[in-house]
Amino acid sequence: MGLKLSRWTVTRNLMGGKAEDAGPERLLDGSVILTRLEAAVNWARKYSFFLYPFVTACCGMEFMSVAGPRYDLDRFGAALPRFSPRQADLLMVVGTISHKQAPILVKVYNQMAEPKWVFAFGVCAVSGGFYDNYSVVQGIDTLIPVDIYVPGCPPRPEMVLDGLLLLQQKVKQERWTDWPRGEAPVSRC
Amino acid sequence: MKESVTLKKLMEKFPDDIVGTHSYRGDDTAVVKKDKIRDICLFLRDDPDLLYNFMMDLTAVDYLGRDPRFEVVYHLYSLPHNRRVRLKALVPESDPTIDSVVSVWVAADWFEREAYDMYGVKFIGHPNLRRILLYEGFEGHPLRKDYPLKKRQPLIGPVN
Repeated sequence: MGLKLSRWTVTRNLMGGKAEDAGPERLLDGSVILTRLEAAVNWARKYSFFLYPFVTACCGMEFMSVAGPRYDLDRFGAALPRFSPRQADLLMVVGTISHKQAPILVKVYNQMAEPKWVFAFGVCAVSGGFYDNYSVVQGIDTLIPVDIYVPGCPPRPEMVLDGLLLLQQKVKQERWTDWPRGEAPVSRC
Repeated sequence: MKESVTLKKLMEKFPDDIVGTHSYRGDDTAVVKKDKIRDICLFLRDDPDLLYNFMMDLTAVDYLGRDPRFEVVYHLYSLPHNRRVRLKALVPESDPTIDSVVSVWVAADWFEREAYDMYGVKFIGHPNLRRILLYEGFEGHPLRKDYPLKKRQPLIGPVN
């Protein structure tokens, strides 16, 4: 009995509930889990990101490092890069975005099916970085909504993993009403 | 130092169009007027003693405050004779145009588009003189020395 109890307590915590409202489950001896559908769906979503690597610059090497076996994004369920935006739900913007590239980024974002999240990887994607000049977008959040900002030039793999965990926390707290977000306005530049 | 074949032949052929020459440490350089730049280039390409068949680089320089303000710089290489020469054509701000040399070396096409994009020097006779690195609708030419450091473009808006 004690073993079973600890198992459903762990599962229950995973689902974002509290142990004390687990009355019916206790009656059913831990063989059934009661939760909100929203919480269960968010739990599934946060461990199965299909990412689209939008790689434009030197941060791409760091992305390869973090996706490779040493740091291994697969441990967090975000292993499978999809090279079609239609199949992806996490847009990793890795590197500098120039104004000439901007309409392409917006188009890729709009082609992704919702729910979708955006990960700004590296300081160039976050704010333009030291490219404060005529040709570079001063942060991709001027084009599309961004969920997680990971600065660094390039960021350490640990920072990327930390950003991914923060994104998982964010996804866990989402409500049905957060979606759909709608299209980003297409940039004319 | 013995004067180079290239500069000597250039001086003989175009005495009125060569503003000055030097060949410091073997770097042959001729500063020329812009009017006959295409003829000069054709001569450099076709003369049997020169045969500059490889246009390595073409760019522009902005000497803000000087008259003439711009220089269009050509770096040429002769594969048959293993020689290099640098041409500098003077282009004034009041009339920032110069004849295109695409008809001499096809390689000049994208170089001239880049120089036009960044410095606003127009190459007359270029087959397709559009911006190459920036987008249509960009205002100004960003490598000019008087381009404002913090200028923002109208299509992109004040945030960017």
